[in-house]
Amino acid sequence: MSARAWRTGFAAALATLALLAAGLPARAQQGGLDYGLAPQRIADGVYALIGSTEDFSATNGGNIVNTGFIVGSEGVVVIDTGPSLRYGEQLRQAISAITPLPVVLVINTHHHPDHVFGNQAFAPATLAALPETRRALEAEGADLLENMYRLNGAWMRGTGMALPERMLEAGPLDVGGRRLELFVLSGHTPADLAVLDVASGTLFAADLVFHDRAPTTPHADPERWQQSLDRLERIPFRHLVPGHGAVAADAAPIAQTRDYLRWLGQTLRDGAEQGLDMTEMLALEVPARFEHLAGAATEYRRSVIHLYPAAERAALQGR
Amino acid sequence: MTLRGRLAGAALALMLAGPGVRAQDTDDPLGSPRWEEMRQTFFPGAEVVFDDRVRVSAPTTAEDALNVPVAVDLRRLQAVEEVVVFADFNPIVRALSYEPGGAHPGLAFRLKLQQSTPVRAAARTADGRWHVGGTWVNTTGGGCTLPSTGAGSPEWQQRLNQVSARLWPRVDGGTRLRLQVVHPMDTGLAAGIPVFHIETLDISNADGERLMRIRPAEPVAENPLFTIDIPPAAVGGGSLRISGRDNNGNPIMAEVAP
Repeated sequence: MSARAWRTGFAAALATLALLAAGLPARAQQGGLDYGLAPQRIADGVYALIGSTEDFSATNGGNIVNTGFIVGSEGVVVIDTGPSLRYGEQLRQAISAITPLPVVLVINTHHHPDHVFGNQAFAPATLAALPETRRALEAEGADLLENMYRLNGAWMRGTGMALPERMLEAGPLDVGGRRLELFVLSGHTPADLAVLDVASGTLFAADLVFHDRAPTTPHADPERWQQSLDRLERIPFRHLVPGHGAVAADAAPIAQTRDYLRWLGQTLRDGAEQGLDMTEMLALEVPARFEHLAGAATEYRRSVIHLYPAAERAALQGR
Repeated sequence: MTLRGRLAGAALALMLAGPGVRAQDTDDPLGSPRWEEMRQTFFPGAEVVFDDRVRVSAPTTAEDALNVPVAVDLRRLQAVEEVVVFADFNPIVRALSYEPGGAHPGLAFRLKLQQSTPVRAAARTADGRWHVGGTWVNTTGGGCTLPSTGAGSPEWQQRLNQVSARLWPRVDGGTRLRLQVVHPMDTGLAAGIPVFHIETLDISNADGERLMRIRPAEPVAENPLFTIDIPPAAVGGGSLRISGRDNNGNPIMAEVAP
C-alpha cells in the first residue's frame, strides 16, 4: 500500500472520529462532564433528581436514573447514588447546596449499575442495602462496572465499586431525625427495596416502577414483580418517585408498569405455547398502547432474550 | 453504539483495503476484512455467490453473548444439500452445519459470540454452488471464553443429553419441531474446562427417513434449542425420532409424539 493510500485512509478515519466527537455535548468535550443535577423538591425536605429515560450513552453519561434524598433534623438520607463516581460527587454537591447537614445513610435500592456506582462519593459506613443486593453486587459488580465504562465512556473515570456495608431489613427505620418505612420486595431484581418517607408520604419505588419508560428486565421475574406492584399500591403514599421517569401524585405509573409486565409475560407464554422461535418473537411489534413508553421496542426485544428461554422450557417440558 | 461501531469498522476496512484490492474482496456485502479467508477455509475451489435468497435473522446487537438467536431461512432456494453457519470473527468460526433431508432447509438455533461479527449461512445446492447470506451482530462479547452454567453445576450430569421436544401443526399441513438437549456445549476456551459438545443430531420420521442431520460445533449455545419445519409429505405418520451423540460418545435418544 502506498504512503498516499495510507494517508487517505487515515484522513477518512480521522474524519469519522471528528463526526463521532461532534455527537458529544459541548460540556463533555471541555472536560467538565457536568450532569447538571437539579434536585426537584417533592415535599418538605424531600428531593428527587430525575434522569432522562434514554439508554446509557457517552452523551448522557449514564444519567438515565432517578435518585433522591431526604433531609431530616439531624442528617440526610440518600436513595441511590447514580451511575458513576462523578454523579455521586455531583449529587453530594447538590445536597450541600440545600443543607449543611451530613449524609448519615445511603440506600442502594437494588444492585443495578445506575443505582450504585456513585457509592464511592459517600462514607463507606453510610452505604446500606439488602443483604441480597450486596451478594448480587459481589457476584456481578465487576462485569456491570466494565459494561458501564464501555457504555458511558469518560463519565465513568475513577469509578470503582464501593459495597454497601450496612444491611437493611423490612420495617420502620428512624434515621437523621426522620422516620422511614422500608419494604423488601422483588421481581425487578431478586431484591428490590422501596422506601417510604412517612412524614411527607413520599414513596421511592425505585425500579419496581417505571413511568412512561419501558421496564427493563435483565434480572426480572415478571410474576413476582407484579405481586410487588400489588403491595406498593396498598401503601398510602402522596408522592410516587419511580426509578425512571417523572414523579407522580397517584398510582398511575404502577398500573402502567403492571400493564406492560402482564402483556410481556402473556406474550412470551403465548409465543412459546405456539412454538414460535426466538427470532420470530423478536420480530413481533409492541402494541400501540405502549408506544408512549420510551424505549418500548428496544426493551421488548431485550426482554425476549432475557425471559423467553424460561417460557420455552415450560412449553417444551410442560406435557 | 451500533452506528459508531459500524463507522469505526468501515474506517478500519477502508484503511486495510487500500488500492490494488481484487474486485472479489469488496464483493462481500457485509464488508468483512476476513471474507477472503472465510472463502478459502470453507469453499476452496468451489463457486461462491452472495445470494439474497439466503436469509439470516439475528439481532443487530446481541443482548446476551451466550445466547444469540439465529434463524436461517432458505425457503426461496431450491435443492439445498448442505448448509454451513459461521461467524467470521468468532474464535471458533464454524458454528454448525446441517443437511436438510426431508425437512425444510431452514434452521433456527442459538449461538455464543465472542465479539462483533458477521454471522453467515452458506447453502450448497445440487449444482455444487455455495449461496451465501448473512448479517452483522454487534456484541460486547465474551460468549466463547466463559464457562457454561453446566460446567459449574453437578445437576446437569444427571440430565446430560436429555431431550425436551414438541411438535406443532403448521398452516401448510406440515409440522414444526422444537427440540432442546441438555448439554453444556463447552468450547474448550474457558480455562480448565475441556471441549465438550454435541457432534451429531439426526431427526427421522417413523419410517426411518432422515429429515435433518445437524452437526453442532462448539459455538452453539448451552442446552441447544433447534427449530425445524417439516413439510407435510415428509412428516409421515407417528412419532419423530431423535438420535445423536456428543464428542465424548454419550448417546442422545428420544422420540417425540405428535
